[in-house]
Amino acid sequence: MSSLSSSSVAERDIVALEGVTKRFPGIVANDGIDLAIRPGEVHVLLGENGAGKSTLIGMLSGLQQPDEGRILVDGKPTPITSPRHALSLGIGTVFQHMMLVPTLTVAENLLLGGPWWQRPRIDELAARVAEITSTLGITVKLHAKVSELSLGEQQQVEILRAMVRNSRLLILDESTSMLTPKGIDELGALMRRLVEQGLAIVFITHKLKEAAAFGDRISVLKLGRKVGEIPPERFRALGEQEIISEIVELMFGKQKDDPEAVERPVRTVRADAAPLLQVADLAVAPTDNAPGLSSISFDIRPGEILGIAGIDGNGQKQLAEALAGQRAATGGSVRLDGVAIETLSVGERRQRGLRYLTDDRLGEGTVGTFPVSINFFLKQVGAAPFWRNGIEQRAEIDRRAAQLVRDYDVRTPSLKTPVARLSGGNIQKVLLARELAEGAKVVIFNKPTYGLDLANTLASRQRIRDTAARGLAVLLISTDLEELLSMCDRIAVIANGALVGTVGNADDARTKVGRLMIGLAA
Amino acid sequence: MTGLFSEVFLSALLFGAVTAAIPLLLAGLGEQMSEKAGVLNIGIEGMMLAGAYLGFVGAFYSGSLWLGFLTGAAGGVAVALVMALLCVRIGLNQIVIGIALTLGLEGLTALLHHFQFSRSYPRLPAADATVIPLLSDIPVIGPAFFKQHLIVYLAVALVFGMGYVYRRTQLGLNLQAAGDKPAALDVAGIDVVRTRTIAVLTTGALAGLGGAYLANVGAGLFIPFITNGAGFLGIVLAMLARGRPIWVLFGALLFGICLSLTTAMQVAGINIPTDIIQMLPFLAVMIMLVLFGRRASLPAALGIPYERGAR
Repeated sequence: MSSLSSSSVAERDIVALEGVTKRFPGIVANDGIDLAIRPGEVHVLLGENGAGKSTLIGMLSGLQQPDEGRILVDGKPTPITSPRHALSLGIGTVFQHMMLVPTLTVAENLLLGGPWWQRPRIDELAARVAEITSTLGITVKLHAKVSELSLGEQQQVEILRAMVRNSRLLILDESTSMLTPKGIDELGALMRRLVEQGLAIVFITHKLKEAAAFGDRISVLKLGRKVGEIPPERFRALGEQEIISEIVELMFGKQKDDPEAVERPVRTVRADAAPLLQVADLAVAPTDNAPGLSSISFDIRPGEILGIAGIDGNGQKQLAEALAGQRAATGGSVRLDGVAIETLSVGERRQRGLRYLTDDRLGEGTVGTFPVSINFFLKQVGAAPFWRNGIEQRAEIDRRAAQLVRDYDVRTPSLKTPVARLSGGNIQKVLLARELAEGAKVVIFNKPTYGLDLANTLASRQRIRDTAARGLAVLLISTDLEELLSMCDRIAVIANGALVGTVGNADDARTKVGRLMIGLAA
Repeated sequence: MTGLFSEVFLSALLFGAVTAAIPLLLAGLGEQMSEKAGVLNIGIEGMMLAGAYLGFVGAFYSGSLWLGFLTGAAGGVAVALVMALLCVRIGLNQIVIGIALTLGLEGLTALLHHFQFSRSYPRLPAADATVIPLLSDIPVIGPAFFKQHLIVYLAVALVFGMGYVYRRTQLGLNLQAAGDKPAALDVAGIDVVRTRTIAVLTTGALAGLGGAYLANVGAGLFIPFITNGAGFLGIVLAMLARGRPIWVLFGALLFGICLSLTTAMQVAGINIPTDIIQMLPFLAVMIMLVLFGRRASLPAALGIPYERGAR
């Protein structure tokens, strides 16, 4: 009986994943994932950055092969060997980053992939496109250059391309991330019409509201594992609020036996102490590829750790750079220990005790080809006692560097080793040693444990806690909510370049921050 | 000074210009195809040398110019095969490999020539011209444009053929996508490596043919380093032509005139040091670059090896 029912279920699946695992050097991107994709359903894959969503898509679209487990297409185990193979199986993908050739027209992009000896058949294409667009209620300018289209229009072209190729399964990877709210609603309506025509859709997002609004079935991924699924029956039975709270629980709920779980030591921050860093109405103009900042205000007292949570790319780097003086602010004030510093240069701010640990460790943090020893003093080049009259004082540099290597436990073959040859964790230690050196009062950490292995992650976190314990003010920017919860006194949430709320790190902080991060009121 | 602008002088100048332009045209068209597909082909000078040497040897032993063109093109393809393997398939640095190929072929062809002919430079008989009736009787331009070897007309026809391929065929779309956004081509189901390999091999054939023409028709003999930078001029032409074959043709003619002027002025006995006259073509390159170089738009993925799934 059970075998009968399971085989009939399997027949309904267009694509099914069974225990699919994919490893990359250092991380397990997907860990034993099971997934069933059925026609007539919008299957939402929900998860934070690094949850393994994009890797999953890569395997479904033939860009990557699973290390373990198998993929079933129409119930038969089928290795998807290449993008062409995926297309021939009826799997069409709209990638997070646009996959259109900007210099070609819409029609030419749609024709891409035909047999090379053939003349592109524009007339046939136009007829086919007209047929599809009329049922979907979209309009497409076939002869416009792709570079002239808006992002929303480009996305419609990509969906159209999947339809022209008779896709049965359409995968939309973070498709709403670049759309306007109106564009998002239109995409939702379009997805509904597509599944009504019998298509299967896999919709990847990290926004909970979209998942609840557009989905039929929701699977939640966390750190490469599938931590839960809400099937359509349950989905329909629950109200939107109940669905959201259930998902919040799945996404942000604490896992047991988590090695990173460290009991946050109770630190008493003296409420009456004068803030070391006061930021008021800080604003930065947006650029082509980065959001601006608007009316950012916060205080940090000595010994306090203020966390900045948020989805990556919401202005975190801009905030750090504006504070450090690397990015011009268009308004607002920054006071360090009561003194206005917003007009000072990067070097002057550093001298007064403002330190910034960049997340771009090899790019702006260090000079990869320089030896470890010089990298310790990169921001003091030319200054005594390491340089005198423009001459490098090798003995003094090596003496101090050796000291720092010991103090910060930098694992390096020698002081002369180019810093780029060290592991990420050891490069981070070099940066920590440099920025926490004497005179530091306020330290900004931008994603301090990003890309580090567990041991180095824990070491870095301990170093940050010690920094605060020494009475310094710490601003900790991170996309890892667990990290913030385990370290901060207060957590502010940044979204679209503005702080949308600040919560004290009490028991219900996880839920509150989680809700703020996905655009709900705390 | 009247001698300088006599009909005989101008006619000879133009004839020389066309002869000098054809190798540049073929090299430029070939390079253009590689660049369109995203491969910066610095090895084209080496491909031309291989074509010149093998083309000459083929024609010398068989007595057939056409067989010479064939062996020349094959020589270019052989070098291109190495380039495609190293730069497209394995993804090594295109500039380094290109320079290595050029330098290697300079030495190899010189060495082989020395082995075979010692210090003698045997000549091929003059190539037969295909005379186009009536048109060839036009004074000055007639002999230059309508009294050339058949391959010259074919090369010019190729300009329009390439234009058609780029604008009207699936292959043209694929080539452009491979250069502008290879990932998009890949997910459309077309193998980027194969597309680029086709482009590089075609470049090799055209460059080899250009080299063979240079040796067999232009000079009538092979001497070491005979290409003398023609391949590099082809790279300049391809970069300036912004993907349009017709601009390669115009550019090649312009450079051809400069090259021909060098010879013509020396023959005419103008009282300028020959060193200065010989600088003319390269001066022209620099002027062209200053005038048009800024507007040159190159494919976005030019010079970047494609690796699936790399971010």
